[in-house]
Amino acid sequence: MAKGIFIIVEQRDLQIRKVSLELLSQGRKIADETGETLVAVVLGNGIEGLAQTLAAAGADKVILIDDAKLADYTTGAYTSVLNKLIRKEEPQAVLMGNTAIGKDLTPRLAHRLGVGLASDCTGMEKDEKSFLTFKRPIYAGKAFEYLSSNVRPILATIRPNTFKAEDPDASRQAEIVKEAADIDAADLRAILKEVAIAASKRPDLTEANIIVSGGRGMKGPENYVILEELADVIGAAVGASRAAVDSGWKEHKFQVGQTGKTVAPTLYIACGISGAIQHLAGMGSSKFIVCINKDPEANIFNVADYGIVGDLFEVVPLLTQEFKKLVNE
Amino acid sequence: MNIIVYIKQTFDTEAKIVLDGSGKIDANGVNLIINPYDEFAIEEGIRLKEKLGGDVTVVSMGGARAQEAIRTALAMGVDKAVLVSDPALENADEWTNAEVLAKAVSQLPYDIILAGRIAIDDGASQIGVRLAEILNVPSISSILKLDIDGTQATATREIDGGTEVIEVSLPAVLTAQKGLNEPRYPSVAGIMKAKKKPLKTITLADLGMSAGDIAPKMNVDKYSLPVARQAGRVIPGEAAQAAQELARLLREEAKVL
Repeated sequence: MAKGIFIIVEQRDLQIRKVSLELLSQGRKIADETGETLVAVVLGNGIEGLAQTLAAAGADKVILIDDAKLADYTTGAYTSVLNKLIRKEEPQAVLMGNTAIGKDLTPRLAHRLGVGLASDCTGMEKDEKSFLTFKRPIYAGKAFEYLSSNVRPILATIRPNTFKAEDPDASRQAEIVKEAADIDAADLRAILKEVAIAASKRPDLTEANIIVSGGRGMKGPENYVILEELADVIGAAVGASRAAVDSGWKEHKFQVGQTGKTVAPTLYIACGISGAIQHLAGMGSSKFIVCINKDPEANIFNVADYGIVGDLFEVVPLLTQEFKKLVNE
Repeated sequence: MNIIVYIKQTFDTEAKIVLDGSGKIDANGVNLIINPYDEFAIEEGIRLKEKLGGDVTVVSMGGARAQEAIRTALAMGVDKAVLVSDPALENADEWTNAEVLAKAVSQLPYDIILAGRIAIDDGASQIGVRLAEILNVPSISSILKLDIDGTQATATREIDGGTEVIEVSLPAVLTAQKGLNEPRYPSVAGIMKAKKKPLKTITLADLGMSAGDIAPKMNVDKYSLPVARQAGRVIPGEAAQAAQELARLLREEAKVL
C-alpha cells in the first residue's frame, strides 16, 4: 500500500534550502518508479506562498503546518508536530537534509517514533525488499556502510550536494493540505533567545558547488584575501585545513576534514594544502579536485585531477584573472 | 552538581581503514583515542565541577580496550566511570546504544549530561539527542559556549551560517562542538590518581536488559572502501601559462566552470 515519501522541507526566512529541492528532485524519481506519492512537508510561519514552488519542484502533495510557534526552529516544537503527523499519515520514508536542523531534529524524532535513522547519507537506492537502501560515509569517508531497515517509516538525512536539483516545472500542480500545529507543552521547554546569522555573500561550506580552501601554505590569516577574491569570481565558499585552523588563521567553522566539515562540491581547489589523510577524508568525494602547491611531492597531488606545482601567491591571483575572463565571456 | 559525560573510544584520525576477511571494519592494530569531540565534553564537565562543585562521571560503552579512554578521562580530572561492556552490543545501532546508555545514566544522579556532537567513526551524530528524548529532557546540540545559572543552562550553538542562543532548565543534554574549550592534557599526578579512581564495568544483565530488548532497527548490509582516486595531471609551464591552461581545462574538459 502506497503511503508516500515525505520530504521535510527546510526554509529560513521563506527561502527554501537547496538541499530540500535536491531531495524533492530525487524523491520525484523514486516516487515515479515505485508509484508512491511524494509529499513535501513544511513547518513555519506565513509559509503558504511556498506551496507552488514545492509543487514545481516535484511534490504531489504539500502539507503546510503554519503557526507562529514554528516561526523559528526549536527541537521540541518541530518534533512534537512531525511525530504526530507521521504517526497519522504513516509514510514509507521520511527524508531531510543533513543540515544543522536536520542533525538536531531527526534523532529525537526517530527515537520518538521508535525507528532507526540513516544519517548523513551520500547515496540512496530504490530496493525491492527494503524499499530504500542508503550509503553513508563512516570514518569521515575513509569507508562506507550500506544500511536498510524493515521498520517503518524509514528515516534518513541526506548530505547536501548528493543529488541534483532539477529545473522547476511551473506547470506541475500539487494537492495542498493545511494541518494544525499540535504542540505538547512539554516540548516547549527550550527557549530560543537569539539567532545570529553571519553576514556573508558566500555560500555555506556544506552546500557550496565550489570550494576554495587554504592550508598551512597560506602562511597567515591576512593572506586568505587572495582566496576570497578567487572564490567571489566563481561564487565559491572558502574553507581551510586543520593546520590553518589550529594556527588560529581561520575559525573552526571553515575547517574541512575529519574533525571539521565533510564536503562534496563539484570543484574543490586546494591551495597550500599538503593532503593529510584526515583532510582527504573530508573532501575526497569532491567531483573534481584541483591543487596548487609548491611541493611536487605533496600527497594532495595523488588525489587531484589537475595540479599546478608553484607558488600559490603567484598562481592564485593569475587564476583569479583567468576565471574573470571566463565569467565575462 | 552531578555531571555526566558520555564518551566513546574511536579510531585515531590518522588511522587507515581496512576491511577484514568477513568484510567488516578491521580494528586490529589501530591506535584508539577518545573521540575528539568528547574531549571538549570532558573538559567542560571538569570546568563546571571546578566552578560549581559536585562530581563528574564518565559513562561509556565498548569492549575492554575502552578502559584506556576512560582512564585518560579520569586522569584529566573526571571522578569516576561506568563502562557498559557486553558482547550483545556488537551489532548495536544508534537506537540500541541510546537505550542502553539511557538505562545506565538513569541509575545515576544527574543535573547535566555532556557528550561530543558527533563521533568521528560512525559520524551519525544521534546518541546525545536520542538520550535526551529517552530521559525526557531538553537538549542543545553542537554548543560553542555554556553558562550555568542555578538550574538554567544558556548555550550558544552552531547553526548553518551562524549561531543561536538557547536557554533550557536542567537537567539537559548538551553536545559539544570544537571551540567550546581547549581540553587539558592529563598531568602526571592526574595519571597516578586515575589508577585508583572507581571504574565500574557492567553488563546488560546488570541494567536489567537482555539482547532481545535491544534488537537494532537498522541493518548494516555491507561495508566498502572508497575507490582510490587516480592522480591526475600536473599542468606544466610558467605560472601565467599554467593558470590559463587550468582555467581552460576546468571549462572545456571538466565542464565545472
